[in-house]
Amino acid sequence: MAQIAHSWDRGSARPQGALSGVRRFFRRRSTVAFLMCLPLIVLVGGLIIYPALYSIHLSMLNKAQTKFIGLGNFRFLWSRDTFWMVVQQSTIFALSAVFFKALIGLFTAHLVNNLPSKGQRKWRGMLLVPWVIPLALSSLGWWWLFDPTHSALNYLGEALGFSEVPWLSDPYWARFSVILVNVWYGAPFFLIMYLAALKSVPEQLYEAASIDGANAWQKFMHITLPMMRNIIAITVLFSLIVTFANFDIVQIMTAGGPRNMTHVFATYAFMLGIRSGDLPLGAATSLFMFPILAIAAVFILRGVRKRGRDIG
Amino acid sequence: MPSTRISRRSILKSAALGSAAAISAPYVSGAYAAGTITMGCWDHWVPGANKALDKLTKEWGDRNKVEVHIDYITSQGEKDKLTAAAEAQAGTGHDIMSHRDWNVRIHQDQLEPLDDVVNGLIKQYGPISPVAEYMAKIKGTWRGVPTTVGSQVKPCCSRLDLYKEHAGLDFREIFPPDINKWDKAKVDGWTWDAYVTSAQKLHKAGFPVGLPLGQSSDAVDWVGGLFAAYGVVLVDAKDNIKVNSDETRQAMEIARKITETMSPEVFAWDDAGNNRWLISGKGSGIMNPPSAWAVAKRDNPKVAEQCWTHPMPKGPKGRFVGQLPQFYGLWKFSKNKSAAKDLLSFISQKSSVAQLVAASVGYDLPSFKSMYDLPTWNEVEPPKGTVYGYPPRGDEETSITGAPARSEVGAQIYNQAINTVMIAKFTQGKQKLDDVIKWAENELEGTLRS
Repeated sequence: MAQIAHSWDRGSARPQGALSGVRRFFRRRSTVAFLMCLPLIVLVGGLIIYPALYSIHLSMLNKAQTKFIGLGNFRFLWSRDTFWMVVQQSTIFALSAVFFKALIGLFTAHLVNNLPSKGQRKWRGMLLVPWVIPLALSSLGWWWLFDPTHSALNYLGEALGFSEVPWLSDPYWARFSVILVNVWYGAPFFLIMYLAALKSVPEQLYEAASIDGANAWQKFMHITLPMMRNIIAITVLFSLIVTFANFDIVQIMTAGGPRNMTHVFATYAFMLGIRSGDLPLGAATSLFMFPILAIAAVFILRGVRKRGRDIG
Repeated sequence: MPSTRISRRSILKSAALGSAAAISAPYVSGAYAAGTITMGCWDHWVPGANKALDKLTKEWGDRNKVEVHIDYITSQGEKDKLTAAAEAQAGTGHDIMSHRDWNVRIHQDQLEPLDDVVNGLIKQYGPISPVAEYMAKIKGTWRGVPTTVGSQVKPCCSRLDLYKEHAGLDFREIFPPDINKWDKAKVDGWTWDAYVTSAQKLHKAGFPVGLPLGQSSDAVDWVGGLFAAYGVVLVDAKDNIKVNSDETRQAMEIARKITETMSPEVFAWDDAGNNRWLISGKGSGIMNPPSAWAVAKRDNPKVAEQCWTHPMPKGPKGRFVGQLPQFYGLWKFSKNKSAAKDLLSFISQKSSVAQLVAASVGYDLPSFKSMYDLPTWNEVEPPKGTVYGYPPRGDEETSITGAPARSEVGAQIYNQAINTVMIAKFTQGKQKLDDVIKWAENELEGTLRS
């Protein structure tokens, strides 16, 4: 092959000197890989990196966007009671939603994994439905179920003898409702990730444990969980970031009310930035969690790498 | 294959000939010789209302040989505001953009002065709404032209039958569809105290009033009307925080009494919540433009037949209704400014306004009081005269939450719904009034950020 290439090159050496250089350039694997990735790099650069950098720049401007004020917007937020309520609510929202998504995902993955393989695909498909429906659409569906005046859930509940539940009008019920919808939407993602992880655990480990007399709980604690630890860490990290940044569910269902008690970072940033016209303050609000999540990501991913090396 | 060589000389020769031909050719006036104007307009909720604006712009475009293209942008999810924010940041987009409520203030630096258009209209039609002036005349310069489309006030819309039967009030008699027949004593009797008394009676009868207490504009506007009637000032024009006052305490007490008569779900209502409440037949009264009545006409005609839109109750400082105008803004980056100004002037003429008001079944409200004699508000039914009281008449004045603070501050107060959250904290949250006022002071201080 090298010889053929050489003779081709020799035959047209003088007139195609430049061309052969181009060929050599293209023949390098790294170059081709780079060129093939270029559209994606441009997309990521244009749609993610540039807006992210721009929002950092925006968060350091004054209200009229005419003066650089450094961390002034962050200092201002730091002094606001309502902002700290938003921090608290976002944390409750993200941590509890991710916890229940992981728990339900793990439980359901086990159930599905133990189903006979013939019917498993149907269940997998059905359980993924909440994750597949566009979130804005499903949030609207849930909003109708929780509608303050004509709640379908209350209608059913009352028919069964239960009293009316103020799903969205009481701040604590409203918090519960938005978390519930987030769990409903996000649990299938955990399910599918955990199911894949479960299927990759070698059957021999369970067989050996059975021979040693381990019960189901011991097998779960000493085989399943350690083997799934990496995937659990990655899914939790990913979901934590996405849940902290959630906008649709809260905006559609409560718009942050009642009494600002369901606001999360994104909805509060929207209220300050777009509705009230203070884009720099809105940008600062939305970036507030960025360093915390970045540090969490570093630690979690370091743990994942370490465990990966140990297994390797 | 024969090759065609193009020399530098031949290119220059062709270009010179082309230029000469272009210069010497006679000017041919095409269909849209004067260019194009693009508009980003609020998408009207009344079916067919957009067509009236289409018709008007086409009429003007044909006459002036300008192609007018309109994109209707929904306000659902604040999509129109997002579009305006994106265009302002990018420095490109439509020539004319409709701006709801505070958006003119927000984008003032990117908007062309429109003094010539608005001052011309004021010369023609007399005084303009003070709320429109507060929101769009910035440092003495008009940055937006108040629209008819989408501009609104939110007076009472009450059920005639329920109020008569359970509260002994006949609104058709107090506010008949002819201002000359209004009896001053009866009109003066419609106070916030009377509102509370009637709300209590209606609550007992099982038909409570429904006033939203969430953070949407309907909630902010009715509370704004109540606060203005009691002389509550949150922040004055000189940046002094004035919420800690006897006036605030009085107004909060009235709000507490009204809230006690309402269903707890009002804390979760969006702008459609009160409409649904009235249309369902459960509610006896709301504070809203005639949209609830218009939908009831379609969905529950028996309720629509009993709806009567009339002025707000009066307080110690007067009778105030929340007004929410919209504006057309002309971006500084527009390339057809003089034509755009002419178009804005054309669609603001009374003859144009009459068509827009008729197409919206009386929902759209111009900012000139001299236009409140348009026939639509007398004609639409049922019942005859149902929305006659929609435009502010008699002693009713318009107000906006946030005024008289600087409008940058007012925008924050309004959009953060500080007044409705105060009431929710006081009533639903059962916080002490002093604590609520202290919270409001802290929030208001935040709005003063430069």
